[in-house]
Amino acid sequence: MNSGIEQPEQTAQLGETLIEVENLKKHYGGGGMFESSSVKAVDGVSFSIQRGETLGLVGESGCGKSTLGRTLVRLEEATEGTISFDGTDITTLSGDELKTWRRNAQMVFQDPESSLNDRMTVGEIIREPLDAHDWKTKTERQERVLDLLTSVGLREEHYYRYPHQFSGGQRQRVGIARALALEPEFLVLDEPVSALDVSVQAKIITLLEDLQEEFDLTYLFIAHDLAVVRHICDRVAVMYLGKMMEISDTEAVYADAHNPYTRSLLSAIPHPDPSTSSHRITLPGTPPSPRDPPTGCQFSTRCPAKIRPEGYKHVDEAVWDAIERFREVVRERSRMSLSTVDRLKRQLGSFSAYDDIDETVTDLFGDLDVPTDVSEHIETAAGLVKEGRPADARDHLNDTFNGACDLKRPDFHPVGEHNHMSYCHRHESDYEDVTPVITRRTSDS
Amino acid sequence: MSREETAESARDEGDPLLSVRNLQTVFHTDRETIRAVDDVSFDVYPGETVGIVGESGSGKSVTARSIMGLVDSPGEVLPESSIRFNGQELTAFSDAEYREVRGSGIGMVFQDPQQSLNPVYTIGNQIREALEINRDITGAQATKEATKLLESVGIPDAKRRLDEHPHEFSGGMRQRAVIAMMLACEPDLLIADEPTTALDVTIQAQILDLLKDLQEERNLAILFITHDMGVIADISDRVNVMYAGQIVEKASVENLFERPEHPYTRALIESIPGEHSRGEGLNTIEGEVPTPNAPADHCRFAPRCPQAFGACDKMAPQHIDVGETVEHTAACLLYPEDKAEGERLKHHRALAGGDDVKTEVSNDE
Repeated sequence: MNSGIEQPEQTAQLGETLIEVENLKKHYGGGGMFESSSVKAVDGVSFSIQRGETLGLVGESGCGKSTLGRTLVRLEEATEGTISFDGTDITTLSGDELKTWRRNAQMVFQDPESSLNDRMTVGEIIREPLDAHDWKTKTERQERVLDLLTSVGLREEHYYRYPHQFSGGQRQRVGIARALALEPEFLVLDEPVSALDVSVQAKIITLLEDLQEEFDLTYLFIAHDLAVVRHICDRVAVMYLGKMMEISDTEAVYADAHNPYTRSLLSAIPHPDPSTSSHRITLPGTPPSPRDPPTGCQFSTRCPAKIRPEGYKHVDEAVWDAIERFREVVRERSRMSLSTVDRLKRQLGSFSAYDDIDETVTDLFGDLDVPTDVSEHIETAAGLVKEGRPADARDHLNDTFNGACDLKRPDFHPVGEHNHMSYCHRHESDYEDVTPVITRRTSDS
Repeated sequence: MSREETAESARDEGDPLLSVRNLQTVFHTDRETIRAVDDVSFDVYPGETVGIVGESGSGKSVTARSIMGLVDSPGEVLPESSIRFNGQELTAFSDAEYREVRGSGIGMVFQDPQQSLNPVYTIGNQIREALEINRDITGAQATKEATKLLESVGIPDAKRRLDEHPHEFSGGMRQRAVIAMMLACEPDLLIADEPTTALDVTIQAQILDLLKDLQEERNLAILFITHDMGVIADISDRVNVMYAGQIVEKASVENLFERPEHPYTRALIESIPGEHSRGEGLNTIEGEVPTPNAPADHCRFAPRCPQAFGACDKMAPQHIDVGETVEHTAACLLYPEDKAEGERLKHHRALAGGDDVKTEVSNDE
């Protein structure tokens, strides 16, 4: 189990850095005058990948992990930042240079149904990159394809078959063979086993491991399944809302996660062992929209270890939970725009569409013993919502209840050996560490 | 420990809520008849969660659809099958009667919540519709009830959310809304077909917690179908493992993971990339799940089974008691374990009724 010590050997030999990513950003839209703010799919990440290693990239859907993977192989243009591949910045490559470089970096996609052209035979599909790059002679290409078929565990006679004649696992093998055709050094594997059954999954994982050894490949393995990642990766990076939350050696992340998000994510995996009554941290709500991320820490709206402002230390857990839920409700309401009629009504002071906020307040705070310094602010905010000014209500709540996590972005702190880094305010010396806080806050629920 | 006890105590309390016996669902094609579900039997008692786990193509979803009466031509539930719900024989029901059951007794949640929701109506509209049709609640009363339902599935600001359309909900919230709609019918049994497969782990955890809470509040029986062994371990009291249209092992969830007896279950559990880290190697099962198009006169797992022997290709294994405490059976010729091979085969033949197997299997040690 504890093979954390053995792993570095392998990477140490091949040790040098293959890919160095600096402050990479990928934003969509938001350019024109009339467009709303841009979607910040990847919002400033820096990390490196060593030659010969497998870096796992995990996170929930919409966290930007696929966008990051696609940007690394230049399927997307980076908005800002640099990606240096073997010393060259590939974000500025174009024309022939780009085409030559592309041979080095290939991608395997999640869905083998849609990433293979149904009208081409398997042989043609695998040969296509060779044709596109004018690789040697025609017969040599043919031979290369037959070789590839055997290396991914298919048979030579499969050359003339069509993708629909294959099972999901076999189709994924075809996708892998195509990616390997030009002898790349680096492969981005975007959820390569997510669409497959467990028993088939195991075979594809084994294949990927064998191929890595045979061809000295470097992998970026993107997945939402943390168990698979633990199995195949040397190091793991965890993403949330376009930002990297934690990165370290695989075992360090799984056994000794420092970041509150990583801890919640790990605790949410259902264990295939009913006797472990592991302590699950159930996160409230869903990730916020990447169009309008929180001003402070990206994870602050759901964080189980969020730092509370000075002056509210006496407030108990249940009340804080209710405050956070209420803030979410108000935040949601402030995003909705009012109809003209409602705006007119607001002018005339007869606005009533939001009167139901009282019900929400009763729901959330009804059974709780709310201290007066909290309840007065809640009432003020509810009043503002009722007048049709949820944005003001949101600001009022922000002014009152914002803590460090809401106000500024945390730094990426080194938290242990093997370049273990974590993105959280709680690693600063002014605050209590993550573990005791999470244990205390989740134990009574 | 405790879950095993609940599993047992639920069983002591009298009759099963759902009792499936000898369920056979076939699909007729030009070339062959595919036995998607082939002689499946199991019970669900009030208040318990029964899991069905298997790979794609094992027939778990068809089992669910057969119970709900949602198998259409070219599929057919063969007449020998029996599905008893609350004492009524569902297989004899007409379409109209079935609709009645679906509206009140059994609720179903599918993998993709988007498909269970109409994109052009608000969530509130759809819940109110369910209330009106199934419980005759209309008007302001319905709105009140709908708000309550939406709150009970953990959607904040429920009253305003009623006026939103499905596209304004996130994936997890949509699944919650579907569950709320289903609760509007006050079902006794909920069939959940991969309800969390399309969701992220943190959202999956929320939905699993929600289902457990609802079960406790309403004494709901849940038939939970999934391919994910982790989810099964988390939510079920009892598990049925399906392979190629048949149940190969039944056990309480603890027994299944602690003492898996059928070679397929063992292989399946070993191929999960669970707590292992790099370098330990994954166990794989060679070959693919076969299409069950021939009658089951043999063990369908035999071609992939590491422990298969001569007789496995020649006779169908019967469910044999392999557990000590609660009901635990495996359909495999390796059991009963304490007997010699010849004895075991005789035992299986006797269980099958004798006329199932014609080939005499030689009595070698």
